[in-house]
Amino acid sequence: MNNMEDTLIPKIGVITDVRIDTPDIKTFRVVTPDGKKAFDHRPGQCAMLSVPGVGEAMFSITSSPTNEEYMEFSIKKCGCVTEWLHQAEVGQQITIRGPYGNPFPVDDVFAGKNLLFIAGGVGLAPLRSVINYCRHYRDRYGEIDIVYGSRSKDDLLDYKEIIEEWSNDAGVKVHLTIDNPQEGWDGHVGFVPNYVKELGFDTNKTAVLCGPPIMIKFTLEGLCAMGFDKTQIYTTLELRMKCGVGKCGRCNVGAKYVCKDGPVFRCDELDELPDEY
Amino acid sequence: MRKCSLDSINSVFAEISKAASLYLPVDGTDGAATYTKWEEGLTWSNALNTVKSPKDFFFPQTEDLMEFKTSGKNIEVIDTRSEMEDFVVFGVRACDVKSFEVLDRVFIKEPVDSYYASKRQHGTIVAVACGRPAETCFCQTFGINPAEPAGDVSIWKTETEVFFRANTEKGEALMSKLSGLTEECGEETVNAQKEKIAAIMNKLPLKDLTTDGFGGGKTKELFDAPEWDELSQACLGCGTCTFVCPTCQCYDIKDFNTGNGVIRYRCWDSCMYSEFTKMAHGNNRLTQKERFRQRFMHKLVYYPENNDGLFSCVGCGRCLSKCPISMNIVKVMKKIGGKASE
Repeated sequence: MNNMEDTLIPKIGVITDVRIDTPDIKTFRVVTPDGKKAFDHRPGQCAMLSVPGVGEAMFSITSSPTNEEYMEFSIKKCGCVTEWLHQAEVGQQITIRGPYGNPFPVDDVFAGKNLLFIAGGVGLAPLRSVINYCRHYRDRYGEIDIVYGSRSKDDLLDYKEIIEEWSNDAGVKVHLTIDNPQEGWDGHVGFVPNYVKELGFDTNKTAVLCGPPIMIKFTLEGLCAMGFDKTQIYTTLELRMKCGVGKCGRCNVGAKYVCKDGPVFRCDELDELPDEY
Repeated sequence: MRKCSLDSINSVFAEISKAASLYLPVDGTDGAATYTKWEEGLTWSNALNTVKSPKDFFFPQTEDLMEFKTSGKNIEVIDTRSEMEDFVVFGVRACDVKSFEVLDRVFIKEPVDSYYASKRQHGTIVAVACGRPAETCFCQTFGINPAEPAGDVSIWKTETEVFFRANTEKGEALMSKLSGLTEECGEETVNAQKEKIAAIMNKLPLKDLTTDGFGGGKTKELFDAPEWDELSQACLGCGTCTFVCPTCQCYDIKDFNTGNGVIRYRCWDSCMYSEFTKMAHGNNRLTQKERFRQRFMHKLVYYPENNDGLFSCVGCGRCLSKCPISMNIVKVMKKIGGKASE
C-alpha cells in the first residue's frame, strides 16, 4: 500500500525564484524537482503549499495557466507558514498539492465581454491569473479595465508588470490608486471604492473583485448604485482550510465549501448564503 | 437465518479472531462500555451504548497521514501506511451503523479519502438489534429502525440465544466461517423481539421528535432565528458533543516534529473551538453562538442540502447524556424546528 495516492499527499515543489514585490509580499516561482509545472490549473484556482514541520496553507495561484513553465504565488507575510516562506531561498523545496476550487468562468461567461477588474492590496494575486489569461487570449474579450489600489506606491503588487506590460496593451486601461499622498506619486490618491465611483464605469461590463472584505463591501455597493447587477459581479473568498476538498469541515459558508464550491462566487450567489465570511 | 446459544458466543468470538481482529463493547471497571479487542476471558457487554462511537475504527481520533524527511533544502515525502488487515466490529447498534453511511458520503465522495476508504474496505460490521432503546434515544426521528440494524451481518440477542443474518458478501464470508458453530433456524423468535422493540419505541419520551422545519434549503429561514442566542448562552465550547458524536467528521491536519523528521497527522477537530476558523486575516465565527449554530445548522440543514436530504444525526443520544450543561440537538430541534413550523 506504500505510495498509494491520496489528495492529501503532496508533491515536492522547488522555489526557483523569489521576487520582492512589496515590504510584506514576495512572489515565489515554483516547479517540480524535474523542472516542470506541478499540475495544470484554471484562473482563480488555488493550491496547498506546505513547509513540513511548520504547516500547510491555501494560496491562490497568481500565474496564468498560459504560463507553461512554472507557477507563481504572491504571498503576504502574516502567519507561521508565510513568515517561513519569506525567509526561504532559491532552491528550497516545499510541498504542493492541488489545484483546488472552481475557476473564474473565463471561457464561457467572460468570453466576448468587457471586463472590469478591481483589486485591493494582495487581492491582486488571484486576479493576476485571470488578467494575464485574458491578455493572452486578448481577441476573445472586449475592453479591459483594471482598478488597483494599495496603501502606498511601495505596496502595489506586480508594479513593474502593470506599468511595463499591462498599461501598454491595446484595449487595456489601468487605473492605479494609493491610500495617501506620497512623494514621487502623481497618480490618483484615495480608496478603491471611491475611485471606482469617480471613474464611473458603464454597466456593459463583467466585474471581478478581490481585496480586503471592507473594500469588497463598499465597492460592491458602489457598483450596484451605478446600475450593475450582482449577476455581473464575481469575487473570490478566503477562509481557513485544511483539506482543500470539502471534507475537513471548516471553510463552509452555509452549505457551500469555499475550497470546492468556491473560491470564486458570483455576487448574487453570495446573497443566498448566510453572512458568515 | 442462523443461531447459536448465548453460552457459546465466546467460541464464535474465538473463531472470528482466528482470521481478523475482533472488536466489541466490553465493560470497563467504571461500568462504561468501550470497544475493546477481544481475547479469551473478555465478555461482550450488556450495555446499551458505548461512550465513544465506533467511528474511531474508520476515522480514528488521530492518524498519521505521511512522513517527511528533510535534508538541507530537500524534502522527501513518505507514505508510511502499511498493508491494512481485516477486522470485525461486533455489536454495533443500528444508529451507529447508520452513522457510517453519513461518514461515507463525506469521505468516499470524490476525491476519495483513501485513509478512510481502506479501513471501510477491510472492516466487517456485525450490527446488533437494540433490545432496550434508552430514554435518550431518538433514532426513529431519522427513520432508523433499531430492531432492523443494517451492517454486513445483523444479529439479535435474547436471554439465551444469538441470531445471525448475513446482509452482504462480506457478511456471508464471515457467516461461512461460523457454519460449524451456528445452526439454521426460523425467524419466530427474532420477529417476536422486533415486536417487543417496536412496543418500547412507542413509549420512548422522544418518540414524537420530528425533523419538520429542517432540511436542505432552510438556511435563510433558520440562520437568523433569535433562539440561537438563548440556546447557545451556556455552551462551554468544550467540544464533548463533537467527540462523542458518531457523525461529526471535522478534522485538523497538523505536523509533529519527531526530531528525526516530521509526521503529518490528522486528528478530530471541533467547530465548537474558537481556533477552528481562525486565520491570519481574522475569524468568521467570533462568538460561541456562531460556532454553536454552525454545528446544528450543519447537521440539520447544510449536510442534508448536500446529501439528498440525509441528516447528519442518527439519534444515538450520546450528546444528551454527555453535555456538561445538558444542551443538545433535541433541545435545538424542539425550539427552532417547533418555531419554524408554527
